[in-house]
Amino acid sequence: MKAKARQKKGWAWLTVLPLYAFTLLFILGPLIYMVVLSFLTREEVWGVRLEFTLDNYAGIFEPVYLRTFGESLKLAFLSTGLVVAIGYPFGYFMAKLTAHWKKRVMLLLMIPFWTSSLLRLYGWIIIFRAGGVFDQLLMALRITSEPLKLLYTYPAVVVGMVYALLPFMILSVYSSAEKLDFSLVEAARDLGASPLKAFLTVSLKLTLPGLLSGLVLTFVPSMGLFFIADILGGNKVVLVGNLIQEQLMKARNWPFAAALSIALLLLTTVFLWLSRRLSKEPS
Amino acid sequence: MKNRTKLPVLYLGLVLALMYVPILVVILYSFNESKISSVWGGFSLQWYARLFRDRAMFEALRNTLVLGGASCAAAGVVGTLGAFGMTKVRLRGQGAVEYLSALPMMVPEIILGMVFMAFFSLIGLPFGMGTLVLAHTAFCIPYVFMLVKARLVGMDPSLAEAAQDLGAPPVRVFFDVTLPLTAPAIASGMLLAFAMSIDDVIISVFVTGVDVNTLPIKIYTQLKTGVTPEVNALCTLMFLATLAVCLLAAFLARERKAKE
Repeated sequence: MKAKARQKKGWAWLTVLPLYAFTLLFILGPLIYMVVLSFLTREEVWGVRLEFTLDNYAGIFEPVYLRTFGESLKLAFLSTGLVVAIGYPFGYFMAKLTAHWKKRVMLLLMIPFWTSSLLRLYGWIIIFRAGGVFDQLLMALRITSEPLKLLYTYPAVVVGMVYALLPFMILSVYSSAEKLDFSLVEAARDLGASPLKAFLTVSLKLTLPGLLSGLVLTFVPSMGLFFIADILGGNKVVLVGNLIQEQLMKARNWPFAAALSIALLLLTTVFLWLSRRLSKEPS
Repeated sequence: MKNRTKLPVLYLGLVLALMYVPILVVILYSFNESKISSVWGGFSLQWYARLFRDRAMFEALRNTLVLGGASCAAAGVVGTLGAFGMTKVRLRGQGAVEYLSALPMMVPEIILGMVFMAFFSLIGLPFGMGTLVLAHTAFCIPYVFMLVKARLVGMDPSLAEAAQDLGAPPVRVFFDVTLPLTAPAIASGMLLAFAMSIDDVIISVFVTGVDVNTLPIKIYTQLKTGVTPEVNALCTLMFLATLAVCLLAAFLARERKAKE
């Protein structure tokens, strides 16, 4: 019996081997290298020198780069806020539909979600381009008399971000609102709570886990989606993501790029930790 | 009373419609005769004709599919075996490895791109399809692993135990009982992984070689430099492919429900 148990265990141990090997070699290895790299000195033209320095971290605190971090955070908060404002009611209302309509709305939601993100981004380029669809529409409606030229501006980047991240919020709010027993809300109403109070004390509290996981799913990527800022913002909107990419590909300052990445990683970790604490609080 | 039920439906409809606007605009302008996308020059199929003559596009399409297929297959094997083993054994550092393997899902993609690029150049791997597959496999594994593990945890262990008590060796139990029961989870994990892989731009631009293009990389460079409506035509075809897969999946799910 004991031999059989050991045999079973030995076999199962073999199955986790690929996962262990891959994770240690290609996840842990690169991460350790990134940390080491961030403390190394950059060679003049190309490569790194094995010389310990803290200059890369000190560099982050230069006003130019601090401002970039500030801008990134601002954009992340703004887009996440808008995503909540649009996505939360959507997920909530969707959970109230009949089973038949739920399925249909889900399908309609999944189609753009699975569509290439670049394709959807390209659509916004055509819409926002000077004299493009949006300008023509506004002028036809006589809202403005001349093209707004929204492409390569801040609002265009915000729209692109919100559009890319919205489905994540909707899906996670929906999955939590779907489990919500709506008779509890009615009970609160019957007991004399105002609609707002019933919503805040019952619905919001019970859908909080979905809202929080949606926040994580939108806030974390919004810090790194450099290609949206790149394509819709031209070079006017520089985020931490753009900065890292620039340091890697153009300036070729890998140690600084590593230090920037670690700073970004720490920021996201703090955020993940906060949201995890918040989601534990209600219970 | 009636108004109150109508308002949410109106809202859902409006948001959904807005989601489709950019996609429809791309499709509409793929049939535009004029090269300038702000002018409508009449209906034309010339961009589709040009697309089908474009060798580099087909090369990129081939690369995308090879990359998606290879990394989703690798992730399927490593993730499934790993999830299976992890629920069976207790090893030292198991929690840490599980956390590390899920990291690519939680870390901003740009950081993944950067660490892979730096690491691959450290160990001297030549950049190209090989590095692309490695990097994509890394972010595909968590999708398979998590879905399969969730399925295994929710599964009735008595089935595998019964097979074992009847004398089936572990390998047979795995192939005859566990694998068929987890197959839907493996399939959806791999499908998700495939979709993530063929859509990825951020990680790919960091780890690809000079002469290996995937469709997302190609579209990304074109969007940055200057687009021809050829890209509209390509995007339209890609959208139709997505649409077909989504509708097929919905149809299959309904069929399965009907059977039950």
